[in-house]
Amino acid sequence: MDDLYRDYILDHYKRPRNFGELEPHDLEAHDHNPLCGDELGVHIRVADGKIVELRFHGQGCAISQAAASIASEEYVGMPLDEVGGLDGEWLIELLGIPISATRRRCALLNLKVMRGATTGDASWPNGGG
Amino acid sequence: MATAAAPSILDVRADFPIFGRRIDGRPLVYLDSAATSQKPESVIAAIDDYYRRHNANIHRGVYTLAQEATEMFEGARERVAAFAGGQTETTIFTRNATEAINLVAYAWGREHVGPGDAVLITQMEHHSNIVPWQLLCEETGAELRYLDVSDEGKLSLEQLDAELARGDVKLVACAHISNVLGTINPVAEIVGRARSAGAVTLIDGSQAAPQMPIDVGALGPDFYAWTGHKALGPTGIGVLHGRRELLERMRPFLGGGDMIRTVDFQRSTWNDLPWKFEAGTSMVAEGVGLGAAVDYLTGLQMESVRAHERELVGYALERLREVAGVRVIGPRTAEERGGVISFELEGIHPHDVADLVNRENVCIRAGHHCAMPLMRRLGVPATARASFGPYNDRSDVDALIGALAQARQVFGV
Repeated sequence: MDDLYRDYILDHYKRPRNFGELEPHDLEAHDHNPLCGDELGVHIRVADGKIVELRFHGQGCAISQAAASIASEEYVGMPLDEVGGLDGEWLIELLGIPISATRRRCALLNLKVMRGATTGDASWPNGGG
Repeated sequence: MATAAAPSILDVRADFPIFGRRIDGRPLVYLDSAATSQKPESVIAAIDDYYRRHNANIHRGVYTLAQEATEMFEGARERVAAFAGGQTETTIFTRNATEAINLVAYAWGREHVGPGDAVLITQMEHHSNIVPWQLLCEETGAELRYLDVSDEGKLSLEQLDAELARGDVKLVACAHISNVLGTINPVAEIVGRARSAGAVTLIDGSQAAPQMPIDVGALGPDFYAWTGHKALGPTGIGVLHGRRELLERMRPFLGGGDMIRTVDFQRSTWNDLPWKFEAGTSMVAEGVGLGAAVDYLTGLQMESVRAHERELVGYALERLREVAGVRVIGPRTAEERGGVISFELEGIHPHDVADLVNRENVCIRAGHHCAMPLMRRLGVPATARASFGPYNDRSDVDALIGALAQARQVFGV
């Protein structure tokens, strides 16, 4: 089996969870990784300070799309004020695959978009590096 | 039809030390020469020899080392000019092709382009031949217009004529060979028509100079820009060939040492061509290295380099057709292309394609290739791109095809 493109990564890439649009929504953000053309947006519905529903949408490499799908299952139910405290290491650990420096931003794009939607901070988690 | 057993036209891989490198015990399959070329031993040795035996600042020193360094640098300029069919005094060394184009946009553009004027470029330009014109047009109030790219990756001379007939085009800038599509543009026709309409022309020869014979004098553009590192030379040196009458009338680009004749408290006068446009200490070692690179290419003969790459591209196009799900972007035949092939592989994002083939040490590029407007025109977020140099042969193409088949297996497509 491939180290990076494990079965569950390819499964999330081919059948992404929580993907599409969500209307109406309370929060949204859209961003891209200009280096490789990965694009990702999110619509979020909030109740009692928690994320109750979200949908990612966009296009990109398997790592960026699978990472968004895998992380989406963690984001649902999370208190909004916790999202800003998540860092890149949390996400990389969640993915469970060796992410090289050149693919790091692919993996982190969904967290960048989530932080943009919930805190307005559009910078890369951990500087993206 | 060519067969896998056919020998390459050139057989020069042994001249390039990097191909002695093994990664995980296996050889390198380098298919990214459109981004940068590998360097022959003679270039590396020339730079090494310059620093070990001749290093000194050039042009004003009277001691032996300074004379040697000056002769090496200016000798390189003569050979670089001759390589591209230019004249020595109108061959300006810049940091890269981007700086060469910026030189024209600033030193010529700011003087000659104004409100109501247009700058005409194409949808297939590299960012280096887009952004300087955007800045110029923003500053001067001129309009930036584009020639379309057809679905087959070509320009239309009829559209060029129509644009020129509007009477407001001051400058036409166009790539000689597209770094994404591989298209060899009809630059002689473009230059001729633009000139008849009174427009100044700039050709970006970054992809062409390393791949085919160039005769700037016969081609006749007002400016022709290219870069050393794609032409087997070092990074940090580019070339601008300019028309003498324009260069003589232009203001300097950067001010500083070397580009002046006299400096008074308030005013200065300018050095002769080409030094008027070379402020500050020159890239001496890089110039010497580029001189060695054009010597090497001249030794191979550029006709042979072109024939070699055309043969390889033909073979690659043929073999890519064997891979299910591959869509090649750009002109259909090798005759219409330089040594560049962009493609998509159905069901696998280009970034993943590049990552997967890297497991077989196959180096290709994935992304927008510094041509985001072209990506939008083609309706793709990115492409995978394989590109060739004189050191490649059919085994490199075979390795790519094998790696693509493995990539499809990993993704189950």
